[in-house]
Amino acid sequence: MKAVVDAIARLGRLFLDGVQHAGSMALFAVELAWVLIPTWTRPRDILQQVYAAGVLSLVIILVAGGFVGLVLGLQGYNILSNFNASESLGVMVALSLVRELGPVVAALLFAGRAGSAITAEIALMKTTEQLAALEMMAVDPLRRVIGPRFWGAMISVPLLAALFSLVGIVGGYLIGVVVLGVDQASYWGQIREQMEAWDDVGGGAIKSLAFGAVIALISVYEGYRAEPTASGMARATTQTVVLSSLAVLGLDFVMTAFMFGA
Amino acid sequence: MNVQRGVELVVGLFVLAGIAALMVMALQWSNFGASRVSGYEVTARFDNVGGLTVQSPVKLAGLTIGRVDSIEIHPETFQAEVRMVIDDKYDNLPTDSFANIYTAGLLGAQYVEISPGGAIESLEDGDRITMTQSAIILESVVSKFLFDKAKE
Repeated sequence: MKAVVDAIARLGRLFLDGVQHAGSMALFAVELAWVLIPTWTRPRDILQQVYAAGVLSLVIILVAGGFVGLVLGLQGYNILSNFNASESLGVMVALSLVRELGPVVAALLFAGRAGSAITAEIALMKTTEQLAALEMMAVDPLRRVIGPRFWGAMISVPLLAALFSLVGIVGGYLIGVVVLGVDQASYWGQIREQMEAWDDVGGGAIKSLAFGAVIALISVYEGYRAEPTASGMARATTQTVVLSSLAVLGLDFVMTAFMFGA
Repeated sequence: MNVQRGVELVVGLFVLAGIAALMVMALQWSNFGASRVSGYEVTARFDNVGGLTVQSPVKLAGLTIGRVDSIEIHPETFQAEVRMVIDDKYDNLPTDSFANIYTAGLLGAQYVEISPGGAIESLEDGDRITMTQSAIILESVVSKFLFDKAKE
């Protein structure tokens, strides 16, 4: 009897912890929103963060995009040739990349590569009381440390997602046209016929912008509120990757339902 | 200072590359532009448009010369009224041209094919193509075939 009550109580505590976490993140987001525009008074800081988060993630994004495109080309060709429709390979590869895989996979990779780094950096600053020192000197750490990192991540993700899709489509071209012998003109022709500029490319861009904002918020929040200990830092970094991945996938479903539903 | 300059340069390149990738996909690799033909409008009424949708191509001799702009039910005849925008380049289509709804491939997307007639006057903005043939619905063809067979 006692064990059952304990189990229920534990479940209740887990739930309450989750709600509290979400609530304090929302409060933090509001607090952060106030400094987001003033952050642009120091564009150098943002630029530095775009470099750290975006440019340094380029290698993993481009390589992953290439391989995803190659695999899509290979698998798509196998399935489509069953229906004698291998000419549609291009549009299959392009639409799956532009609508879904580009934004989602780029965001997941970004969360692992750059989001965790942002969290770790901020958490270490907090652990070593650098943030407190800034406050002592009347410098707002939200504005000088958190804001630029938020912008850096949010700007980088859509750009990385676009490059991911582009490289993926070229990868599909390599495997489909160069290796498997799909007609080159119909690879590009079908893409051009069926890909919509606003609905598909624009929709993908909006998605990746939203993913960028979510990952950026989670990364800086987890770092800012990390327990100032070694294990607290480790937990915060893990939490960033787990929460970002789940948030991206969940948000992707909701956004897809709205954009491509009906 | 030198390092900072290098960082700025690389970030600039990165931002440019990202935007260029978006632009290439949105403007070069999509049907951007092709979907926004400017031209004159022609309507046609069909008993059944099948899977025809807005943005479906309008073709002449297999080449796309326009797009379907809207599909509505005509309130009096209960037919589907299809409004098409045809490129101004093709302004000499005869008034007695024929509009058919065909399917690209066996299961592909549907489109309007214009078969030119022999009249001297040509279609103008707002005209209606009176001679039309509806989309072929596979089920009705199959059932017609089966009933004809049963009669024999």
